[in-house]
Amino acid sequence: MSGSEWSDMSEAPALPERLAPSMTPDTQFFWDGAKEHRLLTQQCSACNRLRHPPRPMCPVCNALDWEAVEASGRGTVFSFVMPRHPQYPWFEPNYIVALVELEEGVRLVTNLVDVTPADVTIGLPVEVRFDEFAGGLVLPMFRPRRAYGEST
Amino acid sequence: MRDQAAIVGIGQTEFSKESGRTELQLACESVLAAITDAGLTPANVDGLVTFTLDTSEEMEVARNVGIPSLSMFARIPYGGGASAGTVMQAAMAVATGVADVVVCYRAFNERSGMRFGNIGGAITAMPLWLSWYAPYGLLTPASWVALHAQRYMHEYGVTNEDFGRIAVVDRMHAATNPDAWFYERPITIEDHQASRWIIEPVLRLLDCCQETDGGVALVITSAERARDLPHPPAIITAAAQGATFDGEMMTSYYRDDLTGLPEMGVVADRLWAMSGLTPDDISTAFLYDHFTPFVLMQLEELGFCARGEAKDFATVERLSLGGELPINTSGGLLGEAYIHGMNGITEAVRQIRGTSYNQVDQVEHVLVTAGTGVPTSGLILGAI
Ligand SMILES: [Zn+2]
Repeated sequence: MSGSEWSDMSEAPALPERLAPSMTPDTQFFWDGAKEHRLLTQQCSACNRLRHPPRPMCPVCNALDWEAVEASGRGTVFSFVMPRHPQYPWFEPNYIVALVELEEGVRLVTNLVDVTPADVTIGLPVEVRFDEFAGGLVLPMFRPRRAYGEST
Repeated sequence: MRDQAAIVGIGQTEFSKESGRTELQLACESVLAAITDAGLTPANVDGLVTFTLDTSEEMEVARNVGIPSLSMFARIPYGGGASAGTVMQAAMAVATGVADVVVCYRAFNERSGMRFGNIGGAITAMPLWLSWYAPYGLLTPASWVALHAQRYMHEYGVTNEDFGRIAVVDRMHAATNPDAWFYERPITIEDHQASRWIIEPVLRLLDCCQETDGGVALVITSAERARDLPHPPAIITAAAQGATFDGEMMTSYYRDDLTGLPEMGVVADRLWAMSGLTPDDISTAFLYDHFTPFVLMQLEELGFCARGEAKDFATVERLSLGGELPINTSGGLLGEAYIHGMNGITEAVRQIRGTSYNQVDQVEHVLVTAGTGVPTSGLILGAI
């Protein structure tokens, strides 16, 4: 490796850290999809129902076959909290945890970004954004949904 | 199983923030205290039941206490949801003749040792279920409960001050219980509202139960044998466990409705059916109070009031000593100690015996619940 490449690396800002998820063959697609900036949910191949968190068997029809389908990335805040204690090295003091209900009907836990706690309400329309962290971890995060045509 | 078994002995260590001894020693001390209280000896014991989370092996407890042989041993999962479940397991063993005398125990150094609120600082291998929450900083039991309870607040217009009245009741009762950590330290609703946020806007410091070092044990035998033992028996009128579809350990966020505790609904249905009783028959109750919001939700699941009405039902007057439904007369987990709900069962037994520091008049039936927001359990104990 050349000297210039070393100096480029030393100048790159360090990515923030997060606790990394563990994965199994049932769940890895979700995290792999996030790396490609795709929000994936698990769909039963037999009855087409969606489920999250991922698991091997459809509880309705007991089929084992499933596909990873891309969600719209749009949803609404179903519930939210601001954990204040204890403080962790991985989080800013004012971080927001939300339970988001996607348009497709499944829910997932995430962080709300680009919004102050005072502006968060249950029912707030939100959309996905993908943030990169140390170790190659990419997490789906959600921010208030922009009106059609609004500049990003 | 109804009325066939009874709790005949109770034992506990002191409740502290630093026991200064091992969890195994706490377990052995409380087990021996319960056996002695029952008027029995270790040689009479042939069954042991504890929590899956307990670190004291059944064989080590037996080796220390001097229990010569065991015909039954079992562990109950899901944290504090196990408490009444241990007694159900013991009562089933006694009712079926699998064992004659079963001791249920739980002992830990939850304050000076591994603290449940510090999971984020102690993770070595990330459990799969936690992988959906830990990357986002939802890392403590308080936060898992709050994300659920926020939805309850939203749908029924419940405020944090409504939760505060539960803390006031518990601390009022703890103030007159010399065994309680918060003995002689009652709080007002103003104290509650001035305490700092732990999980905003749901849980303040005084909504969250304390952490405790200590142990509690219970002795269960047949109702028939109980007649020959020194204390008035607490008859196990009904016992039940409950779990429901699409739940997780403490993060059941995927069901249509998040305003209830459906696991407790299963327990409630079974307790009322098995006992033939109704909420009006309950003299006093121990409602598991790790976090105050779930006490309100339990009042609804158990049928003491209708859905969404607990915020109006749960007045300090109604729920404290002298009221219509005194709860957590020992001070509960918030006021007395956090022994994973087992200290609620000992208080229920004392109410049946007439030996509580906060004795309710003419106790006939006592309801006890286990940890909520998890697969859980419950008991109805009765006087003879
Ligand atoms: Zn299916």
